[in-house]
Amino acid sequence: MLPEVLSNDPYTAVAVRAPRPQQDPAWIRWALISAMLVVVGVLIVVPVIHVFAQALVGGVGVYWNNLFNDPDTLHSILLTLTVAPAALVANLIFGVAAAWAIARFKFPGRTVLTTLVDLPFSVSPVVAGLIFVLIFGRQGYFGPFLRRDGYSIMPYLISFLGVGLLFALYVLFRPINPRERRGLWNHPRLVGLVGGAAVFGLLVFLQQYFELWPRNESLRIIFATPGLILATAFVTCPFVARELIPVMEATGADEELAAVSLGANGWRMFWRITLPNIKWGLVYGIILCNARAMGEFGAVYVVSGHIAGQTDTMPLRIEKLFQEYNLPGSFAVASVLTLLAILTLIVRSRLETDVHSRVSVAKPQATGAQR
Amino acid sequence: MPSVNRRVLPGFSLSLGYTVFYLSVLVLLPLAACFFKAGSLTFEGFRAAVWTERARAAYLITFGTSLVAAVVNLFLGLLVAWVLVRYEFPGKRLVDSLIDLPLALPTAVGGLVYANLYVPTGWLGQYLVPLGIEAAYSRLAIVLVLIFIGLPFAVRTVQSVLEEIDSEPEEAAASLGATRWQTFRKVILPVLYPALITGFALAFARSLGEYGSVVFVSGNKPFETEIAPVLIVARLEEFAYGEATAIAVVLLVVSFSMLVLINLLERWSSRHVA
Repeated sequence: MLPEVLSNDPYTAVAVRAPRPQQDPAWIRWALISAMLVVVGVLIVVPVIHVFAQALVGGVGVYWNNLFNDPDTLHSILLTLTVAPAALVANLIFGVAAAWAIARFKFPGRTVLTTLVDLPFSVSPVVAGLIFVLIFGRQGYFGPFLRRDGYSIMPYLISFLGVGLLFALYVLFRPINPRERRGLWNHPRLVGLVGGAAVFGLLVFLQQYFELWPRNESLRIIFATPGLILATAFVTCPFVARELIPVMEATGADEELAAVSLGANGWRMFWRITLPNIKWGLVYGIILCNARAMGEFGAVYVVSGHIAGQTDTMPLRIEKLFQEYNLPGSFAVASVLTLLAILTLIVRSRLETDVHSRVSVAKPQATGAQR
Repeated sequence: MPSVNRRVLPGFSLSLGYTVFYLSVLVLLPLAACFFKAGSLTFEGFRAAVWTERARAAYLITFGTSLVAAVVNLFLGLLVAWVLVRYEFPGKRLVDSLIDLPLALPTAVGGLVYANLYVPTGWLGQYLVPLGIEAAYSRLAIVLVLIFIGLPFAVRTVQSVLEEIDSEPEEAAASLGATRWQTFRKVILPVLYPALITGFALAFARSLGEYGSVVFVSGNKPFETEIAPVLIVARLEEFAYGEATAIAVVLLVVSFSMLVLINLLERWSSRHVA
């Protein structure tokens, strides 16, 4: 029933008219809302409450005992706190490098590279563990060598990483303005090849001269911490890159180009311009990557060998306690990981509202966050 | 981004080189090793490994449960996304963030809880088991936990498209005399098809490789509730690396095909919406 006066004015008429055509009748609305609440309740809310109820079923004292007075559980917590950050750091550096290359430059094979970054998401975790067993396991391709004299690769590995780090610093601190480049700054290829080879040789020599690594001893990768880190890093490898690429593409290169044309080197440009622009995407990628790294089960299950007190991470400890019918213990460990998941979600929704209020930063792509 | 960037911005070869190196060492070479190992089997050996009765049963269970879970998620995803986008109710933001919980929650925790909720003495099992619904240590248990795992994929894909839909076509339909149901069927649903299919494919692909949660709830009985990843682990524990690798290659081929399919679907749906 619109008053005569209002309906003569088309603008006001539209504004006042109710219900709007997209509005469903109230009974449909409430039926659908309740149906959805039942679905979310049964599938998600009840399980979360159940975790804490079961963990605390014997009281807080028992809960505390289950977590911190069981040496194997305690060790699993410490192991998870070693493995997850190690994998996280590796994937963080990878993520920033991959996003920089993919979002800032055009090169042949860019689409293929973007797909390859996502590849680990489509590999079953069990297969992810299996491939490392095939390479480093006792019967694997490098197995016999690792058993005989595994540590002999360490000097080369460390030296390679050292040279890579030094070269990265060289590139980052190289002056942008050609007139400011003197001496070695003018010859990146020469420095990279000759200098790199020289430093590599020197580092290898030093490590062998001071006998840093044991000889003729087997280096355990599978059924030991390095294998756990490798498998976790494989599974979580796309997270940071996936979050950063859309954010970097949305911010565009203008500010960075300006910084460089004003004479900033790579290091200054990264810390002053790039990092502030991508920081929320970066934080978001880190927390997602961390949640998955701490909770990874399948891949880690295959490479761990289930040695209690040695290679059991928290999710593996949950499974072992479950098999031993120690449900309160199992749920106690599970409750810690559930808290971590809830914390992840809280940080995530905070960040999303934050990001929304800054128009310059794009919302991370819906599918990107999910896979 | 113009290729001019390469002459001005620093670090192109460094970042690209490192990306390619890291991916090769951590991802590509290990995956190649898997195919290489499977290639070292004779054709007969490969066939014998991947086509045993137990393996066929495992594939069927993996595909069957994933398919059922993805179909259920198709509808649940549409329902949840519709309510979250179209309606206002108290606690909406909380529910919206809860949808992502299955992504953040470790699969082992999900499996542990689901295994305990539906046993005869469990919170939900005490009501369901007397009705004859055995949702623990059965195929139904696998389907349930896969629905849990796949829900965020189904919801988020539909939700992001639903948010973008203009109100004009709906208003036009209503002003031309369409009922609400007709508008939904003829105007809204066709726009959602690509997103629905993509969400379905994402949930299905994720379910195919799932291990952590299923291993808790299924009971892992060969021929009945054993999925393909569990069979791989069983073969590994018998030190039958060749057979395990052969089955892994089958899984890899399937999931790579799913990856290609999903990429095509996403391209199609983004064109469809635009």
